[in-house]
Order: sequence, then structure tokens, then C-alpha cells
Amino acid sequence: MTQGVLVICEQRDGAFRKISFEAVSEGRRLADGLNTDLTALVLGGDIADIAGDLEACGPDKIWVADDPLLMDYRTESYTTVCAQAIQSASPQVVLIGASAQGKDLAARLAARLDAGLVMDCIAIRLEDGQLTYTRPMSGGKILADVSITGTPQLVAIRSNVMPITKSSHACTTETFDVQVDEPRTRVVDKKVESGDKVELTEAAIVVSGGRGTGGDYAAIEELASLVNGAVGASRSAVDEGWRPHSDQVGQTGKVVSPSLYVACGISGAIQHLAGMSTSKNIVAINKDAEAPIFAKADYGVVGDLFEIVPELTKAVRQIKE
Amino acid sequence: MEIVVLVKQVPDTESIIQIGEDNVSIKTDDIKWVMNPYDELAVEAALQIKEAQGGTVTILSMGPDKTVEVIRTALAMGADTGVHINDPATVGSDALSRAKLLAAAIRARPFDLVIAGMRAVDEDNYQVGAAVAEYLDIPQFTQVTKVVVENDTIKCHQVVEGATVVAEASLPALFTTQRGLNEPRYASLPGIMKAKKKPIETLTLADLDVSPETVGPAGRKINVTALRFPPEREPVKMIDGENAADIASKLATVLHEEIKVI
Ligand SMILES: Cc1cc2nc3c(=O)[nH]c(=O)nc-3n(C[C@H](O)[C@H](O)[C@H](O)COP(=O)(O)OP(=O)(O)OC[C@H]3O[C@@H](n4cnc5c(N)ncnc54)[C@H](O)[C@@H]3O)c2cc1C
Ligand SMILES: Nc1ncnc2c1ncn2[C@@H]1O[C@H](COP(=O)(O)O)[C@@H](O)[C@H]1O
Repeated sequence: MTQGVLVICEQRDGAFRKISFEAVSEGRRLADGLNTDLTALVLGGDIADIAGDLEACGPDKIWVADDPLLMDYRTESYTTVCAQAIQSASPQVVLIGASAQGKDLAARLAARLDAGLVMDCIAIRLEDGQLTYTRPMSGGKILADVSITGTPQLVAIRSNVMPITKSSHACTTETFDVQVDEPRTRVVDKKVESGDKVELTEAAIVVSGGRGTGGDYAAIEELASLVNGAVGASRSAVDEGWRPHSDQVGQTGKVVSPSLYVACGISGAIQHLAGMSTSKNIVAINKDAEAPIFAKADYGVVGDLFEIVPELTKAVRQIKE
Repeated sequence: MEIVVLVKQVPDTESIIQIGEDNVSIKTDDIKWVMNPYDELAVEAALQIKEAQGGTVTILSMGPDKTVEVIRTALAMGADTGVHINDPATVGSDALSRAKLLAAAIRARPFDLVIAGMRAVDEDNYQVGAAVAEYLDIPQFTQVTKVVVENDTIKCHQVVEGATVVAEASLPALFTTQRGLNEPRYASLPGIMKAKKKPIETLTLADLDVSPETVGPAGRKINVTALRFPPEREPVKMIDGENAADIASKLATVLHEEIKVI
């Protein structure tokens, strides 16, 4: 019998990524709607003591797959363990965070299980027992409602869209027995970014700069760090070599959905808008009153970013004090 | 070194997407079609590896007649041969079915390395590369920003949230491209002339070891029930004032009191 919701959680070096809490919270809502159980699966090496961190979001059961071979994320070993878990739980829906790692895993798993996968899902709707998933296409220019034929239904949810909620449930934690071969890929080096850098796709506030910065990001960085946000960039700024590719927002960069997106010196090209138009609030600062970005913003300031942004930082600092 | 590159033809990113009458497809009349930008990176990566190691670069693309245009573009950039899966029975296949067809075409020839884009910017599935690797039973590296191929080993840099991971495997393997990997070259005029004489093989479903019921509309597991545009925003509220400090203070108040993000 196919039933239940399974959430595959992502951790790195013993700490859950934020998306894991988002996925378990969404899993709880879905399991309640379907009147079924929620299982959270955690994979890693030496991670048994972190599983409890998920309990607040309300799983009925936590499965811990703890094995030295799972120490580093590797597509093949993780796919094998997730496929075993799915075979033994036979869930109706499997949720995965659509991070870089989650996308890699979800796509391989879909092929392994011959199961339909909705990538970058931003909303799940349950109507008359039928599940409908919403996902952006063409970099967010359009939204598609889709359904999946068959089970398990694999759903990779986009970061920063679904809220983290608390829910108290009696929760049991069990060991999930791992049978896995040595993966064919080997990690030879890993550079972890300093802990205080906020990841662009996870940030609640993104302050972005474009060609209008002329390459000077000091004011933008200062504002971003004050509000515990991340710095983003247009492709022009990346092409100029002012910012790394990993900062690029847009149709060929990252898609972000923060609570606040501040676009500074960005004209608002269609490819840029594709990457940030799902932000909850958009502020545009541009010296050209005709810049297309203003048509997509909630609040606009016509002015020189080198004058406005430092003053904004000052004003925000005053509010915070 | 036998390298196969997966290339898809997609609407230009400048395109304004319009929803068709049926509400589940997009209007294609006014669209300019181009090579998926991530696949340009894939072709460039293949050419660089070939230049260093020797070998051949085969372009594999599935789609209707006009798909030949992107195969020719890749041949003009310097690829050696093209393979075009063109069969009405495969139209309407979802990502998983497309991967089955592409994998079947690859399996039928020698290959050491397969390169795909991390995503096609039409449907943004991020799925075909990994699925092809699974069907071929080879290791995969997705979203690669740097690649080194030496002898029979491939080493890839992958940027994930909060870290850069460097990993390696023995060939055969598949990787997918992320921006930062390289700057794709343009096709030169002599390249375009030469491309006209390069061979393109056409395959139909009958040439591929894939059961017909798993492809096309009937094979779909993902069914689009409706397309719509993202909700429109309220008209922009412009904030002005006497000077920068005044404007900034009004804006900060809005962020703090109205939308409560600060
Ligand atoms: C295939 C393809 C994919 C692409 N993908 C992306 C993508 O993913 N992301 C992306 O961003 N772009 C992408 N682009 C590029 C896109 O088309 C635009 O060229 C780019 O977004 C423009 O960047 P910009 O707004 O920083 O620069 P510009 O368009 O040059 O705009 C600079 C703006 O800064 C303003 N300005 C200048 N000085 C100041 C100042 N002192 N204070 C305030 N304002 C100032 C100007 O008025 C202007 O509006 C893509 C293009 C192609 C062809
Ligand atoms: N019809 C196709 N023909 C050839 N390659 C394709 C096709 N569809 C997808 N691909 C490859 O798979 C990558 C990812 O596509 P997708 O999973 O659809 O986002 C693309 O960048 C291409 O390299």
C-alpha cells in the first residue's frame, strides 16, 4: 500500500541546511492533509546526534542512515540508500530540497525509480485527494501547474519559499540499515565557506548590485552584512569580473525568493527579472527614472546608489539600535 | 577520447513567453530559437578537452526538423559529427523519457565522456543529465565550474551552497555545466563553411532500444494541467525627499514598519 510522506533531509558536516526544516514543515502540512504519517530520512556519517534537531517541525518518525560511506554526499551512495528507504516505506510523496545537492540526488533517484519528479516546486495543493504542484519554468517567466502519474511522486522544493513551522508530534528515531557500495566518485577536496557568509538562495534579504556599481560593492556589502543578508549581482557585473558567478541572479544564474530584494544600479533586463521576480518585496534604486526595473518593483528610489545606499545603511542601523 | 555532447534548442532568453490557447503549452510563432546557453558551455568544454587529448566530439540533439540548426552551430564551433533524434512519436516526451531516448542513442556508440547542460532554460528541469547517467550506469557530476580530464580520470569542481567540492572518477562519466566553466567560442566563418559538409545522422524511435509506450504523451509522468503568469505586483511606490538622507530614512521606515523585513 502506498502511503505516507517521506522527506529526504540535507545536512553538511553535521548541520542541517535550512531547506531541511522547510521540507519537513511542508511534509507535515502535506501529511496532515493526506491524513498520513511523516518520515524524515537523514543521511550522513557520524550524524546520529543531530537527528533530534528536526523534531520541532513534526515528523512522526526519523530514520537515521549513518555510515562512514555516507560521510560526504556522493550521488550514487545517496541514491542507493534513498531508493532503499523509498522501497521499504513505499510513500506516496517524497520531498527533497532543491539545492544543488538535492537537484543532483532527486534527478538520479527519479531515473532509478522510474518516478515522476517535479523540480523546484513552489507550492503543493491538495484538492479532492488530487495533488497539484506548481513550478516556475523559463526562469520564472511562467508558472506551471502539474500533476504526477504514479507513485512515488518526487518533489524537489525550492529554497526559501515554504515556511518553517513548529508542530509537536510523538516522534520515534530509528536506525535505517545501510547497504551501500563504495561510490565510483571520490571527494578529493572540499572548501567550506566561512560560517558567517549567508547563502544567496537561503537569505531573507538580498542586496544586489549591477553595472551601476562600477565594480564598487563596498556600500552594498555593508548594507547586506548589517541586515544579515547576501550580496547578489547582475550578469553584467559578473561578466566584468566584479563578482563571482555564484552571485549571479537571473535566468542563467540563481533564482532567489527573499523577503526583500534590493536592486541597486540594475536596469531590470528580462533575464535578471526572471531570477528575482518571486521575491516578496522588491526595492529598486536607480538613477534613471525610466529603468525597466521600476515596473517590477514595489518601492523605487530615483537616485545615485553611492548616495542612497550608505544613507540607507545609516538609517537601518538607527532603527536596529 | 569519444565525447558526446547533449544539446537542446530552446527559446532565446530575450523571448517574451506567451501561453497558448490550450492553456498548457506556450506559443511558438514569434520565438527565436537558440542553443541552450548551458549547452554552449558543454560544447566549448568538449572542444577544449578534445584539443588537449585528441578524439572526436559528437553532438546529440532530439527535436523537430529545425533542431538541425543547433547541431550545425555546434559543428561550426568545431564538433565533428551530429546525431539527430527526430521522430513525431517522441514529441511531447517528458524529461525522463527524453533521457531514455538520449541514453539509448549514446549506448549504441563508443563513448568515454558525456557532457550536458545543468538545465535547459525552457523547462528548467535540471534532470536529463543525471537521468542519462543513471541509464548509462556511469558516475555523474552536476553543475560543474571547472573540469580536468587526464588519461582516464575526470576531476570536477562543483559549487554547492556554502562549499566547493572537488571530486574525481574514472571514465566513462557524465558531467553537466554551470556558468563559470568557460567562455564559449563563436563559430568562425570557415567553421560555418566546414560544418555544412560534416555528417549528421538521423535516428527515429525504431533505431533506438526504447519501448514506444514509455515515450511521447503516453509515456509522460509529469502532466501540465495549466500555465499562468506570476501574479502582477501593485504599481511601484516611488519614494522621494529633500536629499539622500531624507529618502533613505523614509525607505528604512517602510522596510521596518510597513513590510516589516527589518
Ligand atoms: C543568454 C543570456 C542570459 C542572460 N542571463 C542573465 C542573468 O541570469 N542575469 C542577469 O542579470 N542578466 C542576464 N543576462 C544579461 C541581461 O540581458 C542584461 O544585460 C544584464 O542583466 C544587465 O545588467 P545591469 O542591469 O547590471 O546593467 P545595465 O543594463 O547596464 O544597467 C545598469 C543600470 O545601472 C544604473 N546606474 C548606473 N549608475 C548608477 C548609479 N550611480 N546609481 C544608481 N543607478 C545607476 C543605470 O541607470 C542602469 O539602469 C543574460 C543575457 C543573455 C543574452
Ligand atoms: N531534447 C534534447 N536533446 C538533447 N539534449 C537535451 C534535450 N533535452 C535536454 N537535453 C540535455 O539535458 C540538459 C538538461 O535539460 P533539462 O533536464 O531539460 O533541464 C540540457 O542542457 C541538454 O544538455
